Amino acid sequence: MAAYEWHPKRRNYVLELGSKCFNPVPASSHPLKAITVTDVQQKKGNSGAAASSTSKKTPFVDPLSFSDPLSGGVSTEFEGSDPLSMMSAPSKSSMPSKSSRSNSVKSQKMDGENEEIDDSFEPWSLKRAGILTKYTTSEKLSITTSFLSTGDQERVVIRSQAQAQTGTVSDKVKNRLEQLDDFEEGSVKEMLNLSQQDYVKRIEELNQALITAWDGDQRVKALKIVIQCSKLLADTSVIPFYPSKFVLITDILDTFGRLVYDRLLDKAQTVVGSNKIAKLPAKFTSDEVPEAAKETCRNWFFKIASIRELIPRFYVEAAMLRSYNFLRTGESTEVIDRLSYMSRGIGDPLVAVYARCYLCRVGILIAPKFRPHIPRCFEDFIITFPQVQGESVQNILATQKVEMPRYLTLISPALDWILQCLAHQSSETLLTQTLERCKEGCNNALMINSIMSAFKPQYIANRALFFTELIKSCEDTGLPKHMLYRTLGLCLVVAETPEDQQLSVLNEVWKAVVKLKNPTEYISCAEVWIEFVVKHFGKREINTFIGDIIKHMTPDRAYEEFYPQLQSVVSKILAHQHDFSLLFSLEKFLPFIDMFQREAIKVEVCKCVLESFNKHQLTPVNDPVVINAMMFLGKIMHDSVDALTLDDEKRVIGNLLCGFIHLVQFGRDFEQQLSFYVEVRAAFSNLDSVLVTLIQSVNNLAVETRKIVKGNHSRKTAAFVRACAAYCFITVPSLQSVFSQLQLYLLSGQVALLNQCYSQGDAFLKAAISLIPDMPKTMDAADVKSRSSEPFLMEYLYSFISTLLVTPDNPDVGVMYLLRGLLNVLQDYTWDQNGDLRIFVYTRVLAMLSSAAQEEYLYHFDKVDSNDSMYGSDPKFVAEVQSMAATLIGEILAHLKTISAPEFAKRQSTLALELVATLICHGDLSQTSMASLTSNLWTLAQKNGQADVKVMKKLQENIKTKAAAGNAGCQALAPKLTV
Amino acid sequence: MALIDIRLKKVNKIFKEGDVIAGVVVVQSKGDLQHQGITLTMEGMVNLQLSAKSVGLFEAFYNSLKPIQVLMYTLEVAKPGRLPSGKTEIPFEVPLKPKPGKTLYETYHGVFVNIQYLVRVEMKRSLLNKDLQKQTEFIIEYKTQEERAKDKPVNFTITPDTLTNVKEKQNVPKFKVKGHIDSSCLQITKPLTGELIVEHCEALIKSIEIQLVRVETCGCAEGFAKDATEIQNIQIADGDVTRNSAIPIHMVFPRLFTCPSLSTNNFKVDFEINIVVVFSDDHLVTENFPLRLTRF
Repeated sequence: MAAYEWHPKRRNYVLELGSKCFNPVPASSHPLKAITVTDVQQKKGNSGAAASSTSKKTPFVDPLSFSDPLSGGVSTEFEGSDPLSMMSAPSKSSMPSKSSRSNSVKSQKMDGENEEIDDSFEPWSLKRAGILTKYTTSEKLSITTSFLSTGDQERVVIRSQAQAQTGTVSDKVKNRLEQLDDFEEGSVKEMLNLSQQDYVKRIEELNQALITAWDGDQRVKALKIVIQCSKLLADTSVIPFYPSKFVLITDILDTFGRLVYDRLLDKAQTVVGSNKIAKLPAKFTSDEVPEAAKETCRNWFFKIASIRELIPRFYVEAAMLRSYNFLRTGESTEVIDRLSYMSRGIGDPLVAVYARCYLCRVGILIAPKFRPHIPRCFEDFIITFPQVQGESVQNILATQKVEMPRYLTLISPALDWILQCLAHQSSETLLTQTLERCKEGCNNALMINSIMSAFKPQYIANRALFFTELIKSCEDTGLPKHMLYRTLGLCLVVAETPEDQQLSVLNEVWKAVVKLKNPTEYISCAEVWIEFVVKHFGKREINTFIGDIIKHMTPDRAYEEFYPQLQSVVSKILAHQHDFSLLFSLEKFLPFIDMFQREAIKVEVCKCVLESFNKHQLTPVNDPVVINAMMFLGKIMHDSVDALTLDDEKRVIGNLLCGFIHLVQFGRDFEQQLSFYVEVRAAFSNLDSVLVTLIQSVNNLAVETRKIVKGNHSRKTAAFVRACAAYCFITVPSLQSVFSQLQLYLLSGQVALLNQCYSQGDAFLKAAISLIPDMPKTMDAADVKSRSSEPFLMEYLYSFISTLLVTPDNPDVGVMYLLRGLLNVLQDYTWDQNGDLRIFVYTRVLAMLSSAAQEEYLYHFDKVDSNDSMYGSDPKFVAEVQSMAATLIGEILAHLKTISAPEFAKRQSTLALELVATLICHGDLSQTSMASLTSNLWTLAQKNGQADVKVMKKLQENIKTKAAAGNAGCQALAPKLTV
Repeated sequence: MALIDIRLKKVNKIFKEGDVIAGVVVVQSKGDLQHQGITLTMEGMVNLQLSAKSVGLFEAFYNSLKPIQVLMYTLEVAKPGRLPSGKTEIPFEVPLKPKPGKTLYETYHGVFVNIQYLVRVEMKRSLLNKDLQKQTEFIIEYKTQEERAKDKPVNFTITPDTLTNVKEKQNVPKFKVKGHIDSSCLQITKPLTGELIVEHCEALIKSIEIQLVRVETCGCAEGFAKDATEIQNIQIADGDVTRNSAIPIHMVFPRLFTCPSLSTNNFKVDFEINIVVVFSDDHLVTENFPLRLTRF
């Protein structure tokens, strides 16, 4: 193929612009506005009618809804909904009843709860988990039961057989009889030496056994299991575990109560002699319950009434309270009342208070409005409280080696619950009454603590001073006082303390807290009270407070034990104090941060501070104190990054630091800004993202400078922008990522040229060009999969080439020196064998070259003379450009030849068309050589029938428009280009 | 294989004198069932028994202890014939009337005295087949009773001094338990209620219990045997209870095992409760209260 010459088309951009511009028309709507439909035609089509008709034909009865208080709404809810949901609804409701049973009851209970108990009432389920984690033991436990796994029973049988061998005949007979008993329902056995896990497992097994027995219609066995379980609650042998045991066993009781209720409800809804279900309304009265169900229900209660021991009788009856509704509406409340009296018979104060707690718990679910038993339970507790000092409790504590304060904390969950029930939706007067009662009855720390956590914090806050007095004067036998101060703090932090009390409360409390020697006790109070101080007081108090914490934490490096608490102190300060210049001007704040000596924690704290800074610092800062402090904290974070740091971690730290950098603004003091950037670079050199931000910021700074001088640099500003350029030039190479380097070189080059720093600009672009060969072949995309970097390179080069157009040549090194350099690099670059990206780039270079040959360029750097005015379309320059273009065409054609094999047909035609497009746009088609090249390429593209017809048609149209506009070359060419 | 069953219309099976016992006899059979007649018997018996310890003494007038029949009624439900395969229900109705000169006592299951009412159905069959039989118990309650429950509160105080059968007084710890029972003459359907206060007690208390005891007397003019046995024991206090706190006494009378107090020529059924205070050394103090139970 002969070498073609390139003839650039002469263009007058100003003229073209004028002819191509559309006439502006005022817009009628905002293109980004959310779509809203204002006019809807009511469509009463077939589907709607079908839906309503089907719903009428099949009145949908949800078999679960008999127990659902919402059931009234169910049928109407489905009315008029689409047929699909109608179909799916019954299929859902006909799920196996076994799984749905527990769910439905649970949700029903929840619904019942929601009806009359609002969110302020902390449900038991929340407490439950807390108790289970708090009250644990490492001691051995024992269970007495007859219903545990067969594995253990077999062992027992074997042992008894062994005995039988040695025993007499009568022994043998006895053993055999015993074995028979074993097989029947197992005899009562005591399992000793269970660890806590084993114990929990056993109780879970019992729960399973209960459900299996129930499902197997063995109601008596189920009742026996429940009775045996509740008997365990009378056992205080491993007292620290008692609260958890209570939680586990009452779960079983709840299950049992539910099972009985469901069974009775089933019975109440079955009509005798048929299998029809007569649904009871959600809130049925006992008159609607058939006699058969009542009889069954009565049998249950007779059975329970004859349970010998008090505690099982109490618990089982409480568990079944709900079922009293079948006998007589309102009976359950009477029973609650009776049970509350009954609890007085329980001698052990711990067992008694938990029994009352269970009663309140059940009571509030069944009859939320019924309350008389709650004050009584509370009153009884106060009366029984002196028992704690009694001989029997002291004996228990002595044998189990449990100290008094620990014992009292065991009581607190139950007492908390009772008080919560008492305080729920109560008035302030009740608090006063309760306090009065406590004062005379048992002015005990435990009680005050529970009162504070039960009543509304606002009530407590209103009497903050009174409570501090109360705490000061209360007996110190039970709970240690620091826990009281902590609870008081928790209340005051949530609520609004009257202003006149704030200072005196703090003084009183802190006087006591300062005296705490034990760092654990101290920090537990300080952690809470710091929030109070930060919320209500100023700099001086905060400083003193922090200083005090430091003083208490420093001896023996106590802080090492309390990092989480100290951390929470920091986060509480940050949550309320957003004035960072005030914060950092506190003398004690940074020393406080210094207490975090473990690297990881320290970094966490720094992160926390920076996060808060980024979030809450809304205006730019230039306070040197803040900046210094933040730099210090940032440095800690930065220094924690090493080769092993995770990418995520790096990104988080990087983002925080970038946020900080953006927030530091010195206004028009650009030099200081730059020196700040220098400092930051020195401090945070390891993080790419920070360096990128810095370079961007510095470039921004240069552009700002230019804006201020309106492009006419004085000597001083010129020196400054050069300094900026120099900053960028030496910072870019220290980036890890070649891609960022490339982009930033280009950007900085553009900025330098914009600021008329020619040599700097050249240097940037040169650096970029020489970096291209080092570019990795793959890049990490966001979705981890690495992909080829060539598309990036292509985009980058397009942008780069358009910058090169307006980059003035360096007179020392000849025409288009940079472009030549780039082309050389591209020539040597190892491209992907299966791609044609190099050729695409070449076509762009061709386009750029034809632009370079114009008399005046399409765009310029403001106040920078580009090649057009430098050479003034000197023929020598144009010839030079043309020869470069000719070389490129040669390259392109050579490449087209290499992919002439049929399997590359597609690629070949695409490339050919690309070149045709470039020719049409930029080439002078009136030149015969250009015209023939175009038509040849057109034929080549069509040769294998792989050409993209759409593209060809577009090109054809383009040519036709141009021909119509009077372009001679196009007119000649148009008939040749056929699809 | 054929099955026969009785189903009473009333689910709780409680009847009063003069009521009509209505129900169905249900016969289920795989094939045709030939039978020689189905009869239904309604029977009420008072069974008296002697406790082992008094057997020797009473062997003399053993005869007087034969069961007393208070109710006997037989009717033919179906004449000999053949029943179709499947389920056949034959309804029946029997008026409840005692035998002349007898009274229908309330149902009571005791140890030495048993008052029981049964409906029995029997299907006679040919020699080759076993007769089929099924019986079911029903319960009699008084229709009216002259004696009515009334408020008869009983106050009590238990101290070492009130104890009668103590050998060494000095071994008894000092204590004082006060309380009251709301009524000692009460309706069987209502629970026994009351209150108990431990005013002071030197020793640790292990448990306080209410024991329900039946006192059954069998015999005639020549002599009688009286035996007291426990029916149930209900714990009302567990552990060392708070002093001066009112502990409720509450006991539901179990069905079948209790009946209104009964006194006839040959036998008597009475009830008592014991309040038992058990100390931690397992010594116990008991106070006995006779009760009078009525239906109304």
